[in-house]
Amino acid sequence: MAPLLELHDVEARYGPVQALHGVSLTVGEGEIVAVLGGNGAGKTTTLRAISGLVTMSGEVRFAGERITRAAPERVARIGIAHVPEGRGIFQELSVGENLRLGAYLRRGGFDEGYERARAYFPWLEERQDQQAGTLSGGEQQMLALARALMSRPRMLLLDEPSLGLAPIVVRELFAIVRELNEKEGLAVLVVEQNAKLALRSSSRAYVLEVGRVALEGPSAELAENESVRKSYLGY
Amino acid sequence: MAEFFQQVVAGLASGSIYALLALAIVIIYRSTGVVNFAQGEMATFTTFIAWTLVDHGLGYWVAFPLTLLIAFAGGIALERTIIRPVEGKPVVTVVILTIGLFIMLGGLTNWIWKAEVRSFPPNRPFPTDAWEIGGVAISKQDVGILAVTLGLVGGLWALFQLTKLGLALRAAAVNPTASRLVGIRVGWMLAFGWGLAAAIGAVAGLFTAAASPPLEPNMMRPILIYAFAAAVVGGLTSPVGAVVGGLAIGVTLNLVATYDEHLHIELDRVRLPIALLLILTVLLVRPAGLFGKTVLRRV
Amino acid sequence: MSRLATVRAVVTALALAAAIVAIFLAPRWDQIGDIKGQNMGVYFIAILGLNIVTGYTGQISLAQGAFMAIGGYTTAILVVDHGVRDLWTIPIAALVAGVAGFLVGIPALKLSGLYVALATFGLAVAMPDILGWDKLDAVTKSGREIQLFNSPDLIGKGFEDVTFLGQTLTFTRAMYYLTWAIALVLLVVAWLVLRGGPGRAFRAVRDSELAATSSGVHIAGYKTFAFALSAAYAGVAGSLLVMAVAFADPNSFPAKLSLTILVGAVVAGLGSLWGVLIGAAFVQFLPDAAVHISKAQGVPDAVYGAALILIVLLLPTGFAGGLRRLFSPLTTRLYTRS
Repeated sequence: MAPLLELHDVEARYGPVQALHGVSLTVGEGEIVAVLGGNGAGKTTTLRAISGLVTMSGEVRFAGERITRAAPERVARIGIAHVPEGRGIFQELSVGENLRLGAYLRRGGFDEGYERARAYFPWLEERQDQQAGTLSGGEQQMLALARALMSRPRMLLLDEPSLGLAPIVVRELFAIVRELNEKEGLAVLVVEQNAKLALRSSSRAYVLEVGRVALEGPSAELAENESVRKSYLGY
Repeated sequence: MAEFFQQVVAGLASGSIYALLALAIVIIYRSTGVVNFAQGEMATFTTFIAWTLVDHGLGYWVAFPLTLLIAFAGGIALERTIIRPVEGKPVVTVVILTIGLFIMLGGLTNWIWKAEVRSFPPNRPFPTDAWEIGGVAISKQDVGILAVTLGLVGGLWALFQLTKLGLALRAAAVNPTASRLVGIRVGWMLAFGWGLAAAIGAVAGLFTAAASPPLEPNMMRPILIYAFAAAVVGGLTSPVGAVVGGLAIGVTLNLVATYDEHLHIELDRVRLPIALLLILTVLLVRPAGLFGKTVLRRV
Repeated sequence: MSRLATVRAVVTALALAAAIVAIFLAPRWDQIGDIKGQNMGVYFIAILGLNIVTGYTGQISLAQGAFMAIGGYTTAILVVDHGVRDLWTIPIAALVAGVAGFLVGIPALKLSGLYVALATFGLAVAMPDILGWDKLDAVTKSGREIQLFNSPDLIGKGFEDVTFLGQTLTFTRAMYYLTWAIALVLLVVAWLVLRGGPGRAFRAVRDSELAATSSGVHIAGYKTFAFALSAAYAGVAGSLLVMAVAFADPNSFPAKLSLTILVGAVVAGLGSLWGVLIGAAFVQFLPDAAVHISKAQGVPDAVYGAALILIVLLLPTGFAGGLRRLFSPLTTRLYTRS
């Protein structure tokens, strides 16, 4: 079966600085794939390349369709929900409005999306009118995830979801992601600095170094890999 | 006492015009982060277009909405051509850009229409006589201006708070990147904001031409200052604040002018400095303006 | 010294020398040239000052014209009412304007960027009215023109010729040289201030207040100092302006003047001293050039406005920014080779 998401030899740059030097990866239908690497390895850039937020070349395909350099609006429309680094929620708007915006592309789809969101994040209900910026870090990340779900995506791009969050919150977050993947078949491409958690939650993983794929393979294997253990797992 | 009421109503009318222009400034600021120094000149320009349409035989009530449409289109065009390239650039750069626009539009207006005396047909858009209520003469025009302004404000509130488009407009202003990721065409939202602001400005211009004829190229200059003061009082981000600020300034200035003779302070000459003092005081006490939302952000 | 530093020093010295030669040997023109050249000098000083507070310290001030008014009126009143020799009024004007700048800088501390711009804009707009206010008659002559003409304390009192170092110069020529001499001195002063501690502090405030405070920079002190210094410069500019035309009235300092100075500073390139000359030339000569294109009413403004828009779109970092970009391959090579 053809993978849901394919990247072939993707290069990307920020002005004169090249961040990706030819990254190729795939995400299959219903898979959770992790992208690991240190700071500046190009993890976030990879996601931004998929969403059309950065100058890039190469090829990106989603469900067989070419989306190389497509505008973010179009990428959202074909079923990819991108939760950017720093959550990317609308701080000045209310929780309810944030969710509504998640359903922006779905004509009248707010209610069904909202049911799902509430199922996974029941506390959202009573916080409808609260300003999003006043939520705690963990809650904001949950809100971002809930918002992503509102559009009934086929695939989730998660950028450093654990950033700035307490370990217990991070575990809860990943548990929800795993549940979403198991119950709804949602494919996930997650970029993470927390290698241990990412490897435990994914089926396959890629390790990026200086804008290139240095290692790839089943997560279980990579977790045992000597260099991965030394560089990213700390032992 | 009768005079007091008359002056309050008159002040509310002139204040409505400040409020409308302030509203336009706030909409543009909220959506694109730009303080548009050219808002007044844009209003003047479109008002002159309206006059030209009427002059060429179009009825006033046809020219009025047509002008708003033209202004709307013009605002969109401006945003897409000269504002978009400076999106995200430092504040100072954008300020200079709108100043350049201010100067250019002023020059164009002068060049195209020269400085001849022009007026709209009488009793447009509102009758210029007055109602007699209990010995007080209330100008129909003043009431009309105030009523339309309040109606417009209500309509805008509904647009922004109750509609999907309004939510998208607010989202695009607050977080453009996240907006794009949920599928909002941010570029067009910003352009829409400019178009809307231009149309509102056009209304302000048309009312100004009616309330203080004749129509002349510099007519919006002082009004722009009062509009800025009103917008600032509203914290530059609050439409409600802009409207309240505009009305308050209109009433205050009118009353000051009226009772100046009795108070012997010769305050009339210093209306602008008073507006300035008002801005400063408000900002010092509440740096986000009286109505500005102090945005809470968890660091 | 590193190679880059040496090259920069040499280039700067050469540029300065060339500028001095050009400015002082240039006047082979007539009186009109003197007058415009002198006015350009006035702009130069004002733009220099504005660059300090807006370019280096990051506070957008739209009140430079208002501070010029304060300086100009100080000179006018001292000369006419108190018989002070006009040259001595220049430092006094600088001081008075500087104090005014400091006073404006204090409330500015509480305001964020854009509000400072609007508040100072308000000041610039209100200044002509304040100057014309009857209640201030004792100080400002409430809007009536203050005539310095024929005052014995004025250089070349009735626009007569001036003798200096044995040379007889026309009044306009003398004012031209005086203005530019002061301008160059002030340029050196600015350079010294900006390359030293204060300059670094200014830039720290501009780039990140949070970082600056945690590094021990006294934000409030440096912000108000920047305002005071830039206002002092404006005061000198205003003083020279009044001296050149030998009268002062509120219309000499309209709101438009503040906008013009800001335009000059942006065209020059904020945060750098390299473009100030170009910025001054732009605001001085572009309106004239626009008039050349057509004298029809409104066209000069339309052309000026359009030119301004084009410059912002094409060269948003101003002339100095453009220079920087042009020479960046060269400077990078020199930097990496040192």
